[in-house]
Amino acid sequence: MTTLTKESQQPEHPELLELDRVTIRFAGDSGDGMQLAGTQFTKTSAVVGNDISTFPDIPAEIRAPQGSLPGVSGFQVSFASTEIYTPGDAPDVLVAMNPAALKTNLADLPRGGILVVNEDEFSETNLRKAAYASNPLEDGSLRAYRTFRVPISTLNSRALKDSGLTAVQIDRCKNMFALGLMFWLYSRPLDTTTRWIDEKFGKNPAVADANKTALKAGYAFGETTEMFATHYHVPKAPQQPGLYRNITGNEATALGFVTASKLAGRQLFYGTYPITPASDVLHELARLKRFGVKTFQAEDEIAAVGAAIGASFGGSLGLTGTSGPGLALKSEAIGLAVMVELPLVIIDVQRAGPSTGMPTKTEQGDLLQAMFGRNGESPVAVVAPATASDCFTMAIEAWRLAIKYRTPVVFLSDAYLGMGSEPWLVPDFESLPRIPVEFASDPATFKPYARDPETLARPWAIPGTPDLEHRIGGLEKSDITGNVSYDPANHDKMVHLRAAKIQRIAQDIPELEVEGDERGGLLVLGWGSTYGVITTAVQRARAEGKKVSMAHLRYLNPFPRNLGDVLRRYDRVLIPEINLGQLRLLIRGTFLVDAVGFNKVAGRPFTIRDIEARIAELA
Amino acid sequence: MVTASRDSKDGIEALSRKDFVSDQEVRWCPGCGDYSILAQTQKLMPDLGIPREDIVFISGIGCSSRLPYYMNTYGFHSIHGRAPAIASGLKASRPELSVWVVTGDGDALSIGGNHLLHVLRRNVDLQIILHNNQIYGLTKGQYSPTSELGKRTKSSPAGTIDAPLHPLTVALGAEATFVARTIDADPHHMVAVLGRAYEHRGAAFCEVYQNCNIFNDGAFAAFTAKEVRADRMLYLEQGKPMIFGKERNKGIRLNGLRPEVVEVGVDGITEADLLVHDETREDPTIAFMLSRMSYPEFPVPVGVLRAVQRPTYDALMTAQIERAVEAEGPGDVRDLFVEGDTWTVE
Repeated sequence: MTTLTKESQQPEHPELLELDRVTIRFAGDSGDGMQLAGTQFTKTSAVVGNDISTFPDIPAEIRAPQGSLPGVSGFQVSFASTEIYTPGDAPDVLVAMNPAALKTNLADLPRGGILVVNEDEFSETNLRKAAYASNPLEDGSLRAYRTFRVPISTLNSRALKDSGLTAVQIDRCKNMFALGLMFWLYSRPLDTTTRWIDEKFGKNPAVADANKTALKAGYAFGETTEMFATHYHVPKAPQQPGLYRNITGNEATALGFVTASKLAGRQLFYGTYPITPASDVLHELARLKRFGVKTFQAEDEIAAVGAAIGASFGGSLGLTGTSGPGLALKSEAIGLAVMVELPLVIIDVQRAGPSTGMPTKTEQGDLLQAMFGRNGESPVAVVAPATASDCFTMAIEAWRLAIKYRTPVVFLSDAYLGMGSEPWLVPDFESLPRIPVEFASDPATFKPYARDPETLARPWAIPGTPDLEHRIGGLEKSDITGNVSYDPANHDKMVHLRAAKIQRIAQDIPELEVEGDERGGLLVLGWGSTYGVITTAVQRARAEGKKVSMAHLRYLNPFPRNLGDVLRRYDRVLIPEINLGQLRLLIRGTFLVDAVGFNKVAGRPFTIRDIEARIAELA
Repeated sequence: MVTASRDSKDGIEALSRKDFVSDQEVRWCPGCGDYSILAQTQKLMPDLGIPREDIVFISGIGCSSRLPYYMNTYGFHSIHGRAPAIASGLKASRPELSVWVVTGDGDALSIGGNHLLHVLRRNVDLQIILHNNQIYGLTKGQYSPTSELGKRTKSSPAGTIDAPLHPLTVALGAEATFVARTIDADPHHMVAVLGRAYEHRGAAFCEVYQNCNIFNDGAFAAFTAKEVRADRMLYLEQGKPMIFGKERNKGIRLNGLRPEVVEVGVDGITEADLLVHDETREDPTIAFMLSRMSYPEFPVPVGVLRAVQRPTYDALMTAQIERAVEAEGPGDVRDLFVEGDTWTVE
């Protein structure tokens, strides 16, 4: 246990140590401003040139009782002088603003880790709310950690006693004090955050000043107190030159879809119903009215997808977004879009299921629902972004495929991708390929269900086009004419045509690339948001001399055309998934490859260590 | 009555009813009331004065929902209950189109009840034609949400135990700006009401009493049969007292909060004592009262119960976009790319 008195024996000037990578978790009551402290730390770390990766841990309760265990909110940020792919398995530093935050997060802090606690909050009442029988600061239970007891509340109020603010307002600034302390500990400048404070509270100078004062007081406390024997420096990471910004997966998703609409020159129509963790996409798109984006907050998930289909029928980019339970409700309408062969993109920001499950927690449990969750033979294309920034790329790609093949495309993101952030190399808009859109216009040749010989897509004939009046619907269509048909041979033909159309996409997407050895040994095959942990785990295993390679699927239906060949070149195939083996089922069924799985469904991303351990068993 | 004023485009060729007949064979049971609704709809279309390609019929599932196949316009026969949602998406994204929803009592009030409520309260500029036959026809004779209590059907051999909905009451409760009723057996009235629905800006809800001669034959005959119609139905006319009867001597008077049938010329009652129909009343109380009047206690009101003005959803959506563009200029995604803090790596 480190206390102020004990630490005074430390050297007068703290030592500056260089580190490659640090992971900090800010944890406190949901009213303590931990998300804000975390995002500000992230921004500054990005600006000083570290590679960064973040993951917020937000309670499902909007306002759980103050100081209670369900009310704890956390934000983890990892920053490094090398390229990183994950927000870190475990924090190196835990900032716990109250006993509940300590209780819910301590298990993740490795022994020997730095623990900064706001000792002012360890009152009897708060300890009771956190179900502590005795005070962990006093009972020796924190001996295994490098614990720093800082009276953050007291120091913060003292710094702000002349601010003219109320006690409540002053107390709200304590996150800035904690942030200032972390800025000192990791040698970060304050100016990015002070600029942000000025912008945010520009209209209220007293509040702006108080926040800046608290931030500086925290920094000064680190500098002048003798509590910390060491502080740290994490040098810049080598990054591809260019302009960067920090972006979450949901932001990148929204941005990607707006960009797609510009690249296609068509209006974006987003029909949706609020659902965690997909609502941020709606919030992003709803403010983009000047881009001509229309957002429709429907009465339910079914109406949301229905409206999107209606918009697509009219020639717009009909987009709908949801999370797992909502995808279940949309099933019938997606089947309709399969039958009427109109473009439609469905965002599924997956969360832990089944049923309502754990709405703020991540999972990859919807792959088979996306693939098969409809009646009849009802194939759709499925894509899955691998990282937060990849959400931008794959959103555009989803629209390219939906338009070209006149098909629903499911975009499988998840809570981890959606809420996590990383630096994004801002693309050059001019260099992005345009998405061609062709509407039928010639009455002499128009047949509603005639097909493009290359893509097998039917014509997109939108209302308002003279002499192309035609009727579509969910009843089976006759080939070419689109008339209602119960003819057995026609149905068989149409079922095969719809399947073949989706398979044609395989010729239009990149081949799967392998990182590592061209053949032999273990191949780790992943999909979606596990890219970061798998990459890091495989890199580490290879550094240890293990014969292990990796490949990552961003196209789940159809698969890249070389996938079968790739799989057969390796002795063993490991498929880690945050589900009970959904991709594995598809791979085994499609390619007769005896793939094994790593399946942990805890509502959390995998840790690098998880994957490393499984690799060690197999390679 | 129908005018060619709304959205009419100059220089379009005059169309006739035949231009709106598709090449598909009509497959309703012979004698079905849907034939009449189809015929009046086709008859109305040329009078609208808009190009055929700008007209879209969207339906759900059920006998009524086959109608789009028979209209030579754009059409979408969708899934059960969801036509209002699909139509909302189309109209919101393409406000210049004339979008018609065709639905039935099961489609609109059972499986699609939620969508009906919301399309009405949003006031999306659509015409919604509900064919009410008080039975499930396509699934061959189960009771519907408008079937009368106690009705014996294949699925209710001992009689239904669930109270029916009154479609017009539901529409008024959902803040509908236009609420009307007509019957399949009165083509002139129907075409007039459908025309009024078209002229209305906003969600125009029309219930059509439609006979299913196979599973619920004669459901409305007690008041729609030609020989009794005058005495048992109340044809609402804007600004006119509510008079009915072969002799035009019966009327509706308000007694406190309740309507009552009175005879003009008896007990000193004159026309001046009768309720005067005003479809433009903002207060929906009288319209609600009319929506509850049923035979035999009352004559069954038909015509436009309510027609009030409220901005449409699609117009408001367009206006928000126009305002945003005016205030901030048209969006450039390159500005979005660099929102928030950016930094340059050399």
